[in-house]
Amino acid sequence: MSIELTNDSQLTEVVPPLTRREAVEEALRCYYCYDAPCTKACPTGIDIPMFIRHIATDDLVGSARTILHSNILGATCARICPTEALCEGSCVRVKDSHAVSIGRLQRVAMDYVMAHEVPTLPRFTDLGSGRVAVIGAGPAGLGAAATLARLGYAVDVYDRHDVAGGLDTYGIVSYREPLNVSLFEVDVVRKLGVTFHLGEVIDAARFRQLREQADAVVVAVGLGRVPKLEIPGEDLPGVYDALDLIEQTKTRPLAEINLGRRVAVIGAGNTAVDAATCARRLGAEEVSILYRRDESAMSAYSYEYEFAKQDGVAYRWWTLPVEILGSSHVEAIRCVRTRVAEGDVSSRQSPLIRVSGSEFLMPVTSVIRAIGQEKEISLWQAIGAEMHDGRVVVDDVTYATSIPGVYAAGDCLGRPGEATVVQAVEDGKRVAHAIHQALARQAS
Amino acid sequence: MADLSINFAGIQSPNPFWLASGPLTNTGYQVMKAFDEGWGGAVWKTVGDPIINVGSRLGSLDYGGRRMMGLNNIELISDRPIEDNLREIAEVKRKYPHHAVIVSMMFEAKPAVWAEMVKRVEDTGADAIELNFGCPHGMSERGMGSVVGQVPEYTEAMTRYAVDVASIPVIVKLTPNVTDIRVPGRAAVAGGAQALSLINTINSVIGVDLDTWRPIPDVDGRGSHGGYCGPAVKPIALHMLSSLYNDQTVGLPLCGIGGIETWRDAVEFMLLGAGALQVCTAAMHYGFRMVRDLTEGLNDYLDERHIARVEDLIGQAAPKVGDWNDLRLSTSFQMVARIHSESCIGCNLCHIACDDGAHQCIGRIPGQIAPVVREEDCVGCNLCSLVCPVPGCIEMVPVEKGPVETWRQHEARLQQQQA
Repeated sequence: MSIELTNDSQLTEVVPPLTRREAVEEALRCYYCYDAPCTKACPTGIDIPMFIRHIATDDLVGSARTILHSNILGATCARICPTEALCEGSCVRVKDSHAVSIGRLQRVAMDYVMAHEVPTLPRFTDLGSGRVAVIGAGPAGLGAAATLARLGYAVDVYDRHDVAGGLDTYGIVSYREPLNVSLFEVDVVRKLGVTFHLGEVIDAARFRQLREQADAVVVAVGLGRVPKLEIPGEDLPGVYDALDLIEQTKTRPLAEINLGRRVAVIGAGNTAVDAATCARRLGAEEVSILYRRDESAMSAYSYEYEFAKQDGVAYRWWTLPVEILGSSHVEAIRCVRTRVAEGDVSSRQSPLIRVSGSEFLMPVTSVIRAIGQEKEISLWQAIGAEMHDGRVVVDDVTYATSIPGVYAAGDCLGRPGEATVVQAVEDGKRVAHAIHQALARQAS
Repeated sequence: MADLSINFAGIQSPNPFWLASGPLTNTGYQVMKAFDEGWGGAVWKTVGDPIINVGSRLGSLDYGGRRMMGLNNIELISDRPIEDNLREIAEVKRKYPHHAVIVSMMFEAKPAVWAEMVKRVEDTGADAIELNFGCPHGMSERGMGSVVGQVPEYTEAMTRYAVDVASIPVIVKLTPNVTDIRVPGRAAVAGGAQALSLINTINSVIGVDLDTWRPIPDVDGRGSHGGYCGPAVKPIALHMLSSLYNDQTVGLPLCGIGGIETWRDAVEFMLLGAGALQVCTAAMHYGFRMVRDLTEGLNDYLDERHIARVEDLIGQAAPKVGDWNDLRLSTSFQMVARIHSESCIGCNLCHIACDDGAHQCIGRIPGQIAPVVREEDCVGCNLCSLVCPVPGCIEMVPVEKGPVETWRQHEARLQQQQA
């Protein structure tokens, strides 16, 4: 599937870049904390005070080097990290003023090197040798591949898509992260010496082949599709998987995507916000997010919720879709009102009941499912990795699976809670170092 | 309203704030505009035989995003004809009879020249003369400015040239580019000066352009050392001011100069002995209007403390600045840092500063935001409280450890024991 780079210019980034002047002023607000809470809150452990200091002294290359050393996807994370929950949320200046805009500062450094030169990264002193295969060219795969390449390994990355980057390339709306940012990062990894094998689906037979050819294999295949609603009518044309829709905005001319005037988005997480704001930009006049609970229980970050509201997205709480209607295309969605049967209203575990006689019909032109993602378990099953509770079983520290030499990283670990790019990158780094140690042990 | 007026060596001024001799007192236009804004007086840019200047002339030391924490200049004295200066001085004095107009002068070491020039300056109605023995660049290479201030004999002789013929007060402006400011100060006293002003600018090279590798300020690829001033020089000025104030043989009114930007600076200068104040860099930076913060702030400060006259501040803190040998030793008296954990934001700057740059006595406790001082190891150096970004979070607490004993007393006691 090819990509449509020109869409970047039609879906311009919502958050404007800081000017150099703004960046220096913001950088000077940083106290340069020692053993800084922001760094500790960053899953990849970026030395944030140091990269900010480099910005204050006008060494943007040094700033980007500091970022990339810890997080090879620093440009993506500068844009899409939930900074309020991570670095900025723990900034000491929250207590005496307001947080330093770490994410936007990171973007200043990364934008600079995207436009100028990619810095050489610090050398690891203890290098290894060997060959590692990485399945999946998304954040976890790239994190693993970059680290392994820097550690001296020959790395082959395989991905079913024609373009690497995974979620960053296909699953993030362009007005949050332009496609060229993800492509830049793939290029950075490629220049570290990583070889990409694209458009290749890895089945069990091919996996065994790779396992035999390589000293270790990293599986980083991410999550699957958005699950079905399991209601009548959801196979009608006009019903979208939110991630498929986003992928279309990155692989097709926007004019070819027609959602009509009235769009209903099912679910109230961060992907639902992406889908809803995407629908607005694709021309839908009325976009509603339908959620069977209320805002106290939704999983979207508060700034995402604000973003959706500012985009004119309407929220309908306590609303459960029960049927999608239409003769040859979606025409309406039938919903029922819900309420918590017992327990805490804000808990997603509290049981719900349908309010009798509350059914109503909403005329809509499209429906977008955004109710999470299925776990990607087919490969695990095919290769016979030990599973438990629908998740692959891994070592707590090394993420080694039950199959010798095979490691898991990123969202395909199936961890509960919000999946983030930054955590996936860290998983990849962790697995890379674990492989390095294991191979070094074997060699000695 | 407190009384801000001063009588400095017989010079009356509605407030203690004078513009220092410099680019901002080059013309009658500027000085009259400054008086309209609220300045109490002005020291006219140094009058002398007209010179030819160079460009560029100024360089800035910026810090933390702020401009001109320090300023350096290689501009010389007035480049205008003496007649023009004298005519405008007379005009200003006629229009502003209650403001202080002081004329800075710099001439070669010839008594006849001084006799003539002092007379001509007095004819303008100016309130006083300030002898510029301080400029460290350009003029010093021609036997004037700081080259006079650096040689006590020259200072005394040149002061006498002026004093002998003057009927108005003569203020000698001192250069800080000496080892001990008291020596030229005493020389000026010996020469008959009625007051001293200090400090003039400090020898400096402000910087190098990282792209061109040319010095700043850049005069067609070359530079020269210049005079350094601005907020960064204030501590140097305060030291020299207090050491002259405390010198028994000086005993003259002192006009404080050097980095005064706010009313707070003004209070400090006066507490350490200044009877009048001169401002240059700050007014060059923000314009004459900034004087309103100086006068209002100073007035409010005095009112809050029920101090009737600004002159009541003069020298109040100076006796407390003295010889290190008269300070209580740490065996007798100690300060210790105390971290108020409830206001700590967890930046750990106190910890790393103490660990790397001081005495390794601030530790961290796992699971706790605020670091902890091991008071028995704390030497009371202040560093932690200085780096802490939260005002009041780290308090320095005095601890009595024994009978009062200074180094001088300690030495005396040891000698007594030996005897």
